[in-house]
Amino acid sequence: MLHFTIRRLTLAVPTLLFISLIIFLLLELAPGDPMAQVPLTVPPEVKEKMREALGLGQPMHIRFWKWIVQFFWIEPQVMIDWIFHTNFSEGKLRVISWQTRSPVMDIVIQRLPQTLWVVGVAYVVGILIAIPIGIYSAYRQYSVFDQVGTFVSMIGYSVPPFFSGVFVIVIFSVNLGWFPSIYDTTHVVNDWDSFVVQLNQMIMPVMVLALQITAQISRFMRASMLDNLNQDFVRTARAKGLGERVVVMVHVLRNSMIPVVTVIALGIPSIFGGAIITEQVFKVNGIGQLLIGAIQANDLPMVQTLTFMFAVLIVLFNLIADVLYGILDPRIRYD
Amino acid sequence: MTNSTEIELTKPPRSQWKDVWDQFKTHKGALLGGVVFLAIIITVFLGPYVWTIDASTIDIRARNQGSSLAHPFGTDQLGRDTLARMIAGGQTSISVGLAAMVLALFLGSMIGVMAGFFKKLDGPLMRLTDLFLALPLLPLLLVMMLLFREPLNAAFGPETGIFILIVTAIGVTSWMPTARIVRGDVLALKEREFILAARSIGTKNSKIISRHILPNVLSPILVSATLGIANAIITESALSFLGLGFPPDFPTWGRLLYDATDYLQQFPERVFWPGIAISLTVLSVNYLGDGLRDALDPRVRGR
Repeated sequence: MLHFTIRRLTLAVPTLLFISLIIFLLLELAPGDPMAQVPLTVPPEVKEKMREALGLGQPMHIRFWKWIVQFFWIEPQVMIDWIFHTNFSEGKLRVISWQTRSPVMDIVIQRLPQTLWVVGVAYVVGILIAIPIGIYSAYRQYSVFDQVGTFVSMIGYSVPPFFSGVFVIVIFSVNLGWFPSIYDTTHVVNDWDSFVVQLNQMIMPVMVLALQITAQISRFMRASMLDNLNQDFVRTARAKGLGERVVVMVHVLRNSMIPVVTVIALGIPSIFGGAIITEQVFKVNGIGQLLIGAIQANDLPMVQTLTFMFAVLIVLFNLIADVLYGILDPRIRYD
Repeated sequence: MTNSTEIELTKPPRSQWKDVWDQFKTHKGALLGGVVFLAIIITVFLGPYVWTIDASTIDIRARNQGSSLAHPFGTDQLGRDTLARMIAGGQTSISVGLAAMVLALFLGSMIGVMAGFFKKLDGPLMRLTDLFLALPLLPLLLVMMLLFREPLNAAFGPETGIFILIVTAIGVTSWMPTARIVRGDVLALKEREFILAARSIGTKNSKIISRHILPNVLSPILVSATLGIANAIITESALSFLGLGFPPDFPTWGRLLYDATDYLQQFPERVFWPGIAISLTVLSVNYLGDGLRDALDPRVRGR
């Protein structure tokens, strides 16, 4: 297992480097000029100086190499400095956003908690709803509950978050006035009342994201339970005289969770992607909103870093899913 | 005894596609999905001949109206008829969905067949597929929209340019599942006797692929076609919703939804028309795909 993990980790490095190269080359083709907003009265030689100050003067491969160094070498040093109060990174050039002229990673760190809160809570809520639904619809296959569950998860698949989000805003904010339609990220939770306010503003984005997650995971859970319910070991367990509860909740469930756990791990990065839209709908200023803002403002270092971070998440969670599969299921051996 | 065999003999032979259709009919959801999807396509493409109001005619005095006989879905902030805009938007959304699906299927089937059939290409092509699967698709789509919008606008005009861009972007980023499924099937088919027989009488590789392999991988391709349409329609709407799709005066369902969110407080019903249209189309296509998967799977069909 350890061998496999190490082999996969070493394989992930070229993959990530290649993805970063693709993203870099794509952005390299950008026709947008970061100097377009500079007034025409500024003389060209000053413009050239400004261009160099943004790091645009050098040839392509040197800039790519610089970005790699900044992202993989200098940023971790900044992180270490920040945690242990050392000064490894002093005076070194970091990845600078063209919009704010401050380091990209500082802004990302500011925005990350909002995204993690909304997405993380939604994922947990979605899984907690999905698993019982999946178990029960498989156990009572083709019952009314199963049919309704199938229909609801089909809807969860089919209704895009930019409609379900707007739909709940119309009902619960505009018509009923129960919840705020805009997520206030400056809100500080310090007592019960402020906690209730926080809960109120989180309910809608979390439920919209959770609907999609529930739709996918409950389907997987159901299929996986159905695969196991007719296995010989289940018949053996019943023949031994074990209660139905123990048979389903222990023997079947534990075996059915193996593929579901890996699906849950694989789904985490795509949820971050989907959260881009949900954040836009509910005006959560997380990293998705940061990405959209950066794209509209032509802020290439920011776009590049954020896109690459999404890629890192995907590669990382693919790896985690593979390793988890091997750990959970002793029949699977990669060696 | 003889009588019954005679009846057996006189029965017309059943074709495979008739079996498929019989199985498909038993799945009520899929049948309904197919009917709804066809109805949407017909409404959207033949609608302009029945509902002749032009989608871009501005009538500022009739702005922000509710439903009436003249404007069943009401009018928007510039007095344009919402029903006409929905029809025009649907044409774009569904055309994008179909075109992107065709492109993705073409790329996916080609790469899948190549990887499955030619052993030398298998490794590199599958690594390429893995690489594409590891790309963050939505961010990359947004970046592509940002980068190539202007050059294509200049080359083909704003509408055709964006159409080409969106179709290409969605097609290029969604062929991977098809390629994987097709490769798996081709790997299994390649070892079957009829391929060996074809090879032994000297059939060329290109003919083996087109005559023997492709017809046999048609069913997974058809199923991923339906999923591809759904995916492409949602992606196009998402891009339009994020303000990076078609230009503002050019309606698509996603764009109409995006424009309507600005008037959410005053006219909440405006959000529903495009939202329901997108959701209904995707839902019907998903059900259609579900039924097709069962109907085309001989293991399910027998039961």
